[in-house]
Amino acid sequence: MTTPDPGATMTAEVPLSHSSRALNREPVVRKKPSQLGEIIFANLTRSFAFLALASLAGIIVSLVYGAWPSITKFGLPFLWTSDWNPPMAKFGALIPIYGTLVTSVIALVIAVPVSFGIAIFLTELSPPWLRRPLGTAIELLAAIPSIVYGMWGLLVFAPIFGQYIQPALMATIGQVPLIGKLFSGPTLGVGLLSAGIILSIMIIPFIASVMRDVFEITPKMLKESAYGVGATTWEVVWNVVLPYTKTGVIGGIVLGLGRALGETMAVTFVIGNTNFLSNISLFSPGNSITSALANEFAEAEPGLHTASLIELGLILFLITFVVLAFSKVLLMRLARQEGGKT
Amino acid sequence: MTLIKKRKLINNVALALSLGAMSFGLFWLAWILVTILQLGVAGLSVAVFTQMTPPPGSAGGLANAIFGSVVMVGLATLIGTPIGILAGVYLAEYGRGTVLGHATRFINDILLSAPSIVIGLFVYAAVVKPMGHFSAAAGVIALALLVIPVVIRTTENILRLVPDTLREAASALGAPKWIMIMQVTVRASQAGIMTGILLAVARIAGETAPLMFTALSNQFWSTDLSQPMANLPMTIFRFAMSPFKDWQDLAWAGVLLITAGVLALNIVARILFKEKLTA
Repeated sequence: MTTPDPGATMTAEVPLSHSSRALNREPVVRKKPSQLGEIIFANLTRSFAFLALASLAGIIVSLVYGAWPSITKFGLPFLWTSDWNPPMAKFGALIPIYGTLVTSVIALVIAVPVSFGIAIFLTELSPPWLRRPLGTAIELLAAIPSIVYGMWGLLVFAPIFGQYIQPALMATIGQVPLIGKLFSGPTLGVGLLSAGIILSIMIIPFIASVMRDVFEITPKMLKESAYGVGATTWEVVWNVVLPYTKTGVIGGIVLGLGRALGETMAVTFVIGNTNFLSNISLFSPGNSITSALANEFAEAEPGLHTASLIELGLILFLITFVVLAFSKVLLMRLARQEGGKT
Repeated sequence: MTLIKKRKLINNVALALSLGAMSFGLFWLAWILVTILQLGVAGLSVAVFTQMTPPPGSAGGLANAIFGSVVMVGLATLIGTPIGILAGVYLAEYGRGTVLGHATRFINDILLSAPSIVIGLFVYAAVVKPMGHFSAAAGVIALALLVIPVVIRTTENILRLVPDTLREAASALGAPKWIMIMQVTVRASQAGIMTGILLAVARIAGETAPLMFTALSNQFWSTDLSQPMANLPMTIFRFAMSPFKDWQDLAWAGVLLITAGVLALNIVARILFKEKLTA
């Protein structure tokens, strides 16, 4: 958590010769320290800070420039047409966008309750000496490179998932009218659902650690008052901690969403990579923005195909930018609230 | 059922679910790590470190990929770290309350979580396309762009932990601000800054997406930065997707190397600095 600025910084201009003059000796003429170093250093750091801003501008400008042929050719309907046919030079982003959104939603549906449970465990339930090791273990899930998740997902998880879990899902939830349609069709192992599940494992550490951090800032006094009037642990979490930290919790969830939207390698391995989608079953293979880029970009024909792929990247960047900015604003609001109350 | 019994029941169910959630998280970690160890150790041999990546269907190693990864990650860290540290110093020391400071901090936090594949696209458009071909140098630039936000974030957070009284003491002794920063605040934060660098290295060591459109890969030993260079993540990607047993075994060995390296870096970083770093 960033803490609010502690006010103005102090200045560094204390005349060096002051003490000697006060003693009334012969004034020692000491050179004022050169301002040159200060000017160089301050501007150097400022220019590098500016560089971070410039790189954002650079990313947007270069993506728009690269995507321009596709933007002018297809216009807005690019977003909702589903043709993706390189030989015919026809491109529409619907299927990758659908895949990206669906896998991210699946990931959130699984990751949010699990992360909430983990955060409760780490802040309320766990014995203090276990908190650090367990917290670190969950954070290590975030450290595992995404290509590892991908390879593991394709070669280890997907076969087991297709053989045991998918038939079981089909036999249970699959029989429910309406929702059942989502859990039907051939059990390939790979597909939108598998990608969503792997994504959920990858974003759990992000959401859980934000939730844990914001739970920890709830004032002890508030919690103890609730315990004092006889509330159970669950009632304290649900009625005191959660309302107090809700902006932060939402910020953490949105941060997880941002991660899920942009995840590339893990999704590319397990989503199945097809640009055709005939039903709404979550078992069916699909494509996401990132997996389309990963699979096609290096071999794409220069021209419209490349431009369309870059436009996909631009769409992804804009979506994640908005999502991450929203998350940041929420978390900043919580930090400010914390500063105001303590 | 009395109200108190009902409330206690709900409480117990909720806490049991919380325990379940914790086990759920640990279960995946354990499963993934066990698989990697099993299959990775099986694929590991001396040849992995001494021989080049093989053509399909024959034995070989990962020597060129390991070398390429070390070179690219090393160079990217060398380029990205100073930029990140200086920008972080600006945010913590000069930029407090300034518009540029707020804007940079905000944007940097977004870049920190931005999809790395977009960084790859950016470098493709800005470097690869004008040069006309894929190159290791482009890969280094893409990775450096990923290092910078991590280092900025951790440097700023660490510098903010330095008490202002220390700054005031240095200034009172007559130190110009930049001397104060270099010799007092930055020096007091060395361990934390180092941790940030380690975390940045851990972050880029396993990145695949930004290399796909920049460094690509190379079947042979190459030390030429202007040419495509082999690297572990891309090699794993290619080999894991292939149907050949030899390639998949090598990919598992590579996965073991990367995971072990990244997890070791993370754990060392945590031991080195115990405060929470990332926001």
